[in-house]
Amino acid sequence: MEVKDNSKQASGGKLKRIAGPVVTAVNLDAHMYDLVQVGNEGLMGEVIKIQRDEVIIQVYEDTSGIRPGEPVINTGLPLSIELGPGLLTSIYDGIQRPLEVLVQKMGDFIERGVSAPGLPRDKKWEFKPIVKEGDTVKPGSIIGEVQETNIVHKVMVPPKVNGGKVKSIKSGLFTVEEIVCTLDNGVELPMMQKWPVRVPRPVTEKMNPTIPLITGQRILDGLFPIAKGGTAAIPGPFGSGKTVTQQQLAKWSDAEIVVYIGCGERGNEMTEVLTEFPELEDPKTGKPLMERTVLIANTSNMPVAAREASVYTGITIAEYFRDMGYDVSLMADSTSRWAEAMREISSRLEEMPGEEGYPAYLAARLSEFYERAGLVHTLNGARGSVSVIGAVSPPGGDFSEPVTQNTLRIVKVFWALDAKLSQRRHFPAINWLNSYSLYLEQLHDWYDKEVSPEWNKLRSWAMEVLQKEAELQEIVQLVGSDALPDAEQLTIEIARMIREIFLQQNAYDKVDTFCDMTKQYAMMKAIRHFADLAYAAQLAGVSPLQIISVKSKNELQQIKFIEEYIPALQKIEADMENEFNALRSAS
Amino acid sequence: MKEYKTITKIAGPLVFVEKTEPIGYSELVNIVCHDGTVKRGQVLDTSDEVVVVQVFETTAGIGKDSGIRFTGETIKMPVGRDMLGRILSGGGKPIDGGPDIVPEKRLDITGAAINPYARASPHDFIQTGISTIDGMNTLVRGQKLPIFSGAGLPHNNVALQIARQAKVPGSKEPFAVVFAAMGITKEEANYFMQDFEKTGALERAVVFLNLADDPAVERIITPRLALTTAEYLAFELGMHVLVILTDMTNYCEALRQIGAAREEVPGRRGYPGYMYTDLASIYERAGIIKGKNGSVTQIPILTMPGDDITHPIPDLTGYITEGQIVVSRDLHRKGIYPPINVLPSLSRLMNLGIGKGQTREDHKKVSDQIYAAYAEGNDLRGLVAIVGKEALSDRDKLFLEFADLYEQKFVKQGSDEDRTIANTLDIGWDLLATLPIEQLVRIDRELIQKFHPKVREGAKA
Repeated sequence: MEVKDNSKQASGGKLKRIAGPVVTAVNLDAHMYDLVQVGNEGLMGEVIKIQRDEVIIQVYEDTSGIRPGEPVINTGLPLSIELGPGLLTSIYDGIQRPLEVLVQKMGDFIERGVSAPGLPRDKKWEFKPIVKEGDTVKPGSIIGEVQETNIVHKVMVPPKVNGGKVKSIKSGLFTVEEIVCTLDNGVELPMMQKWPVRVPRPVTEKMNPTIPLITGQRILDGLFPIAKGGTAAIPGPFGSGKTVTQQQLAKWSDAEIVVYIGCGERGNEMTEVLTEFPELEDPKTGKPLMERTVLIANTSNMPVAAREASVYTGITIAEYFRDMGYDVSLMADSTSRWAEAMREISSRLEEMPGEEGYPAYLAARLSEFYERAGLVHTLNGARGSVSVIGAVSPPGGDFSEPVTQNTLRIVKVFWALDAKLSQRRHFPAINWLNSYSLYLEQLHDWYDKEVSPEWNKLRSWAMEVLQKEAELQEIVQLVGSDALPDAEQLTIEIARMIREIFLQQNAYDKVDTFCDMTKQYAMMKAIRHFADLAYAAQLAGVSPLQIISVKSKNELQQIKFIEEYIPALQKIEADMENEFNALRSAS
Repeated sequence: MKEYKTITKIAGPLVFVEKTEPIGYSELVNIVCHDGTVKRGQVLDTSDEVVVVQVFETTAGIGKDSGIRFTGETIKMPVGRDMLGRILSGGGKPIDGGPDIVPEKRLDITGAAINPYARASPHDFIQTGISTIDGMNTLVRGQKLPIFSGAGLPHNNVALQIARQAKVPGSKEPFAVVFAAMGITKEEANYFMQDFEKTGALERAVVFLNLADDPAVERIITPRLALTTAEYLAFELGMHVLVILTDMTNYCEALRQIGAAREEVPGRRGYPGYMYTDLASIYERAGIIKGKNGSVTQIPILTMPGDDITHPIPDLTGYITEGQIVVSRDLHRKGIYPPINVLPSLSRLMNLGIGKGQTREDHKKVSDQIYAAYAEGNDLRGLVAIVGKEALSDRDKLFLEFADLYEQKFVKQGSDEDRTIANTLDIGWDLLATLPIEQLVRIDRELIQKFHPKVREGAKA
């Protein structure tokens, strides 16, 4: 984020009052959400309220020592970020300052008053034009390409620029600021464009998503899938595995670009992401996952106003890559911290609070944010998508609080984390009874075609068994499991198998951490196979105890850890049939 | 330095001053009372018209005739090597009768955030000698792992045992303890001090004491002074520092008190809406920095009001810290020490510090298996209360017994018993051996072959 650019119209004001991250200035010509420089050190701030001749500003840096009377300069621009080659593999703070550059400029701790451009200025990129002189280009048109990492970065005409005929276009090595293309109407285009973070980037059309975002997590892909371009929320109390789930999604989801926002979260956890991602390989390309990733880290002790902005910075980057025609997934961990940042700033503004002290516009802000997700036709006619997965950290794990409730009214997928499950080390600790996905119908055809025509039936069967188990468990709690009829004792056993074999997944095991749909289908089918054999045997008079002690089914437990699982699975299924045949002929 | 006599309002810990020159936000303020005593405060709000000062001591004795001196700088703390072995007040003044601290440096107490890019990922296993921590919720260097407790539970004993026994096996690097007490009783403070003296720990400790009768507002700066000291020892002198903060509940009460005095819009249960950010500015001051030798590890202690883990204080803490150790009243009543309930406890950095080369390759799987088995046994206790033990299946009875055995053999240990990690894991295996092998679904076959006591005996025979 470069702020020194105040060429447009600068007007000088003076500080009147400082109270934490919110300051008041007078004599300042300003519009809402203008970016301003505060105090002698030129700290970055943003106009959030105008009241008679006073302008209220939230400051993205620590305000200690700032005095009334110090100058305030309006840059006349809204808070914008830089978009162009150099975004991938970057690690930014909430206002797009590269953290690596900040370490070089100010050492190990985040000091203030230092600005750093979001994109490196000196680096030259190999620009290959794909339009030629005389071609007509429109806003959003792709004019050239840069091989940024293993991802091809498509250089586009910015959305708000007038299109025209290409007058000249260059090829070769350029920095992001050098002009690579001029149009006959005088417009000069460098590779970099700027975009205000609070404004959604325009698209031609939004469509209904029909393809799932495959994450390699069985409970997600198998039972509660999210579509590419969809929205999901992961609420859960602390310690229930939100962050691990988010990180698994960032690692394994089959999006082409991943934007990960660590919003008000733990420093050590961000470091874990920062050290782990460059080492992990993308299962599809074999390249480091970092090459397709942009990280935004605004930890809980970094300035609260920058935390508020971090979510917008992230979604704007996601939209930019979407406009190139990519499938982007965005993880925000955690949206509750973002909401709290809003609350904190709102209370400093002495606004009338809504529920639990959150500002009355909380619901509006949340829905604006999630609405920036979607499967779209971009301005240049390509198909691109942004999927948004937001973690929610409800106080005390109580889902009735405002952030969870307002999020649930918008998102289509709900992955309910459950502290009880994580306590017994059932991971991912996603509760299969409370969670839901509203995309099932839209994705039905995809599963039919790409996985198996049987899959949708298998899924409903598994859900039924789990539902039935929950009912039976209530009875067991009262009378003990022996009192259940034989068939229902089997149901409990089969539900246990679905839970332990299919739903439990070990994020730290190198094989089990990612499980593709083919394997998911094979695993579920094997469980179903056992269930069919078991019920048939029970009807033929075999006792549930004998069925439960069938040895070969115990081997199913290990399938998830085996890479070449097909022969192992075939053997288990054959053994199962043999064992059941023996049981039936004995009875 | 200019002295203002323009106080217009004094309310609780806040003093309002008018007609000043421009004063910087969060500047240090000295207030001179009519009898000559000087009190310290900090600017909370500054404008052309009025400056609001938060006083860290009692406002008794401050009147409209008191003089206000703005120092022009934020609160700095003198730090130096000779702080080790010293006892300071909650405001940072020596109270052990010794000389003043010879400052080698003066550091801002708010402390800037560590750039996440500059952090190194924590991975050194700290052996506390307590099985429930080492085996099940492993602490690593640079972590912040609070103890959630309740009134009347032995959290202090647990904290002291950790402070006494904590070591990185095989490491000879210098270490230190920084202890910050906020609003604890003199008796509790004595208990800590006597233990420090008895074990010789005081020599490499810096102690900050804000007792129950010291000004509540002083508690706002006590943890910051302690952490500034810790950061100095860690990142400038290269020591591995363990910071114990007790009791964070008192800190939050002080925060609420100031919020109320400022007539702020209160958040949940009257605590200020910015409490998350405020607590984060304390807890996040733990970690390791790339290229530096030292580390700051934090063990904050807090008592949950009414043993309620959803109360805002433990709740917000749990969202910031890397896990929590929960002390349980039920276990305490059963006479089990340390009464740590592993079910709600968690160490988020555990996986970074365990496994082959750190502890032992079976660590993770053994811990998962014990968790699962204990959780199941614990659930069955509820069932037994309704239907009686007879109604249980044979399998369930084994799990029920497992839960009891686990509490008696694994959890329970002496307050001076320093178990090695190998010892802890072996106890775990002995317990797991009471269950049928096919029930150990969390553990790979290979590990069972290698470690399961019965399998090993079988192999020998």
